[in-house]
This record gives sequence, structure tokens and C-alpha cells, in this order.
Amino acid sequence: MAAELHVALVAADREVWSGEATLVVARTTSGDIGVMPGHQPLLGVLESGPVTIRTSEGATVVAAVHGGFISFADNKLSLLAEIAELSDEIDVQRVERELERAKAEGDATAERRADVRLRAAAAS
Amino acid sequence: MGAQLRVYKRRIRSVTATKKITKAMEMIAASRVVKAQRKVAASTPYATELTRAVTAVGTGSNTKHPLTTEAETATRSAVLLLTSDRGLAGAFNANAIKAAELLTARLEAEGKEVDTYIVGRRGLAHYNFRERKVVESWSGFTDEPTYADAKKVAGPLIEAIETDTAEGGVDELHIVYTEFVSMMTQTAIDSRLLPLRLEEVAEEAPQGEILPLYDFEPSAEDVLDALLPRYVESRIYNALLQSAASKHAATRRAMKSATDNAGELITTLSRLANAARQAEITQEISEIVGGSAALADATAGSDR
Repeated sequence: MAAELHVALVAADREVWSGEATLVVARTTSGDIGVMPGHQPLLGVLESGPVTIRTSEGATVVAAVHGGFISFADNKLSLLAEIAELSDEIDVQRVERELERAKAEGDATAERRADVRLRAAAAS
Repeated sequence: MGAQLRVYKRRIRSVTATKKITKAMEMIAASRVVKAQRKVAASTPYATELTRAVTAVGTGSNTKHPLTTEAETATRSAVLLLTSDRGLAGAFNANAIKAAELLTARLEAEGKEVDTYIVGRRGLAHYNFRERKVVESWSGFTDEPTYADAKKVAGPLIEAIETDTAEGGVDELHIVYTEFVSMMTQTAIDSRLLPLRLEEVAEEAPQGEILPLYDFEPSAEDVLDALLPRYVESRIYNALLQSAASKHAATRRAMKSATDNAGELITTLSRLANAARQAEITQEISEIVGGSAALADATAGSDR
């Protein structure tokens, strides 16, 4: 059995996903970072971006995360996000509408968020 | 039906209607307490993880940050008071307001100016009526606060604390809210949110755990910069949720005693109504008996 790490993806008001995984890729302010079991203790600031979790069963979980932190210690990884959505929770059509509206209004943050959601939905 | 009896009947009808209403309100409040408690529980994982992270940065690095450094002589404090939008909750709002006033008096005795921030229409109405200055207030979400509401409240407060005191900023941030202890007990408490006492935060974290030496990405300062506002937001969110749960529990209790009182009143009134009806009947009988006796006397007289 391959080494595993315990992942908890928590949003401010709920626990979005938790379980065992072999690899987690997230985007920090200084670039993408991949965490595997046995990584050095780490605390980083997350950017708006997709988070990819490879579970021990070999499945892939993708989530769109907006702002937050990644912290890893003792083979326990926590992803704290203000807003986090799993890719299968994302309503593509609604996000597309949001993206168009954000583009029309020139709202860069909303545009980026919608973009991240769309990419997360497409990746799964 | 006699006049007296009619008055009692009318009062019984009106009290019965009141009882139905308070009973319904009690049940609504009871279901909302459960919902609010569930929300408190759902927000706990985030708060716990965040506390761990703050402790890790706070103790693992020697970074100075405006949110953690204590001003040598604090001259101005902000007090955030959490009340509800609606009443009918017994002493819930009165207790929170009283706690805020005690705190304000204490801070003023220490020679600090106090800026008041208020959540909830009840607290705002109290301060407006007394023509006291309120820096900023929010309302409309106290029954079911969301994280976005907490962010909205935290924003100006974090900004105020980051501003220099000479330019209108504040040195300290206190929060007054009602802690949800149990269904029966809710206490209004005040606590200092900022500047953070890292030792206190460390105490809240699980005991006996040795914190690892973290690798900070990109740097300890940047992590602290991003982490502390989130920590404050999450604390305010937690306080809002607890306050909401407490409010519903207080409403439930107030409505329960109102329902009980209405029931008691109905019993007393029906006894009085029964007595009035009985008195009416007795009077009618004695009138009939008296009348027939008089008639009998009259006929007996004419026979002779």
C-alpha cells in the first residue's frame, strides 16, 4: 500500500471533503505546489485556483478554492478556504453566465473566480 | 347570558388566541435553535484549523504584526456589540447591552476613548434613543448569519485597527456577544479580539501537541498578513452564530413561559366564568321560587 496523507478541505461554514490521498496539488501565491506523504511541515497562502486531490483509490477530486491556506504537518493536510466547491457541485451554465456578466462589468475578481470554477469543472 | 359571563367568555377567547400564537412561536424558535447549533458545529472545523495555523505562525516566528503587537498606551478602543434584530426574547438584548455598557465604562475608567460598532436593530435602537454615537452598524442578518456577513462586519474593524490611532484608528477591539452555553443558559460575555494574545490562542489549541517547525510559503510575514484577518473574521462569524443560537433559545424560553401563563389565565378565567354561570342559575331559581311562593300566597289569600 502506498503512503497516504489525510486531507481535510474545509470551507468557512462546512467541511467540503475529507479522506485519504496520495497527492494534493494546490496553487499558492508563489506558484503551484504538490504535497505528497512525508512532506516537510508547510503553511502557505492559497490563491484563487483549482485544487487537485488524488485519492488513495486512484480517483481524482477537483475543487475550486477561493482564498485560504494550506497547512501540512504529521501527514495531515488541511486546506482552509473561505469558499470551496467540488467540481461536481459547480453549475457550469450558471458560472458561464456569471463569467459573461463579470466580463461585461469589468470585475476582474469575479471573472477570475468564474474562470477557476469553469476550469475545475472541466478538469474532472 | 349575563353581562359578567359574557365578559369572561370574551377574555377566554382572546387569551386562547394569544396562547396559540405564542405556542407557534415557541416551536419555530425551538427548530431554529437546532439549526443554529448545527451551523455552529459546521463552522468548528474551519475555526479549529485556523487556530492551529495562527498558533503555529505566532509561536514559530518572531514576526511583528500590527494585529499582534500591543500598543504601549492604548488610547482608543472599539467595542463590537452583537444584538438581535427582533425582540420577544426575554432579557437577551438587555443583557448584551448591559455587558457592553459595563465594558465601555471600564474602558473609559482606564482613560480610553470608546468607538461603538453595533450588529442588530435592537442594540442600535437603544443607542440611538440615548443619542450615543455609533460608528457603524449592521442589521438584517442576525437570525441566520452567513460568512459573508461576518466578512462585512470584520472589514471596517480590521481597517480601523490597522490605521494609526492619531488618524482615527483604534488600538484594541473588544467584542460583546451572548455565549450559547446550553438550551437553558446563555451568558453575555465580552472578550478582547485584538491585539491577539498568542498565549491565549495557544491555550485554545489541543493540549500536549508539539507544534512542528513549519515551512512558510511565501514568507512568515505574508502568511501572518493573510491569516490574521481571516482569524478575526472567523471569530466574529462564530460570535454571530452563537449569538443567533442564544437569541432563538431565549425566544423559545420567553414564549414557553408566555404559553404557560396563558394556560394558567385560561384556567382561572374559566373557573370564574363557571362561578358566574352558577351564580346566575342560582339567582334565577331563587327568583322563580320566590315568585311562585308569592303567587301561592296571593291565591291562598283570595281563597279565604
